Amino acid sequence: MLSKYIKSIGQYFIMIYDTFKRMTKASELRRLILQEIDDLIISSLGIVIFISFFIGAVIAIQTALNFSNPFVPRSLIGFAARQSIILEFAPTFVSIIMAGKVGSYITSSIGTMRVSEQIDALEVMGINSLNYLVFPKIVAMCLFPFVIAISMFIGIIGAYVASVYGGYLNADQFITGLQEDFVPFQIFYAFLKSFIFALILATVPSFHGYYMKGGSLEVGHAATTSFVWTSVIIIFMNYFITQLLLS
Amino acid sequence: MIKVTDLHKSFDDLDVLTGVNAEFEKGKTNLIIGQSGSGKTVFLKCLLGLLVPDSGSIEYNGKAYRHFSKDEKREISKQMGMVFQGGALFDSMTVEENVMFPLKMLTTMSKQEMKDRVEEVLDRVNLRETNHKLPSEISGGMQKRVSIARAIVNKPNFLFCDEPNSGLDPRTASVIDNLIQEITHENDITTVINTHDMNSVFEIGEKIIYLENGVKAWEGNKDNIYKTENKKLIDFVYASNLFQKVRVAQREGL
Repeated sequence: MLSKYIKSIGQYFIMIYDTFKRMTKASELRRLILQEIDDLIISSLGIVIFISFFIGAVIAIQTALNFSNPFVPRSLIGFAARQSIILEFAPTFVSIIMAGKVGSYITSSIGTMRVSEQIDALEVMGINSLNYLVFPKIVAMCLFPFVIAISMFIGIIGAYVASVYGGYLNADQFITGLQEDFVPFQIFYAFLKSFIFALILATVPSFHGYYMKGGSLEVGHAATTSFVWTSVIIIFMNYFITQLLLS
Repeated sequence: MIKVTDLHKSFDDLDVLTGVNAEFEKGKTNLIIGQSGSGKTVFLKCLLGLLVPDSGSIEYNGKAYRHFSKDEKREISKQMGMVFQGGALFDSMTVEENVMFPLKMLTTMSKQEMKDRVEEVLDRVNLRETNHKLPSEISGGMQKRVSIARAIVNKPNFLFCDEPNSGLDPRTASVIDNLIQEITHENDITTVINTHDMNSVFEIGEKIIYLENGVKAWEGNKDNIYKTENKKLIDFVYASNLFQKVRVAQREGL
């Protein structure tokens, strides 16, 4: 069992190395990257905006309801919403949602190509199938921090709307809280981990799709396994990066 | 020409190919036949370079593959065309884009030259008016023809086909068989076909290799096969009552 995991880890790093070998023709690569940006980034914006707005709103309401002490300033609701959204919700929670949406899409699309011998067809033509399939996904996912930035912005808007229009505090108090004790490094930390999660989101599902064996039933199984492993790795890396940068 | 010498391939403890020797001749349709699990697909994948043999050698036009430099390997793969069992067409591309794909990726042709060449090969495989359709919008026989068009668009020297007429009705299967044979003769290429369709064997089997448990058990052509005394080959080829009757009729000179 352990040797199987060690073998898979080794195979994963070899896959990443091979992805950057024998580059696909530039004109085709450009088309593939734009296609992946559309499939992985643009098409995810709707769900990210929807979730971010309502989670931001819920964070604000929960915080407001738990601050019953009259000596605690109401502006802390804005502060708490900002901290929760920027530090954890936007980078980590959204990445896990994306592991379900983008990750399963990547695994199933590459897995279907494996099952229907389309990957073999690329190899027979002398094309590096890993570069053709995985490299554009990695490049497209480099735009993932922008999705996180949008998530942060929308999350804070959601918190503002829920807390101000819900009557928990006024707009000035919320904005004062939002600006309180702002540490720019925390933004860097959030974007750095978003970038690392993006690489995980592009490569781990690709690995599960590319090396899958069997038929269409196994494609579904690979997509589920890929979601589980992508989430596990993101959560572990979240702990590791936080320990490294913030403690 | 492709020459295979003492080819071995195993997966874990399972020996799939155990010393295959074969020669595939230029300008002929070379057929590999054998029961399911006899190692045909593994053999074909070794010829294509998709699998690395454990030992033995494969020579393309007199030079062993293992002695090729990286550039030579890339060059030889450009000279190969493959027709996959399921077609292996790219789902998201139209028929025209599928056929144009090898030209786009491997050549420096202009867009107009590529379009002209695609028209030419689609015309050759009798596919017209399907250029802008997706693979899912055309029939199985048409998909096979698109797959053949894609395989020959870059003018390959070696054409490999893995059960090209599986899942097709006998009439369409015969059309596909004859198309592959015509293309082989017209372009003087080395064609290797993996099949267990006996109609193909008797129709286009200019050279036939019978694999049994990972070794070559018989070699000949469609005419020799009627006279063979190889018990296992007879059991395999004449498993169908129809072909048993054909064999009796042939032997009796009817």
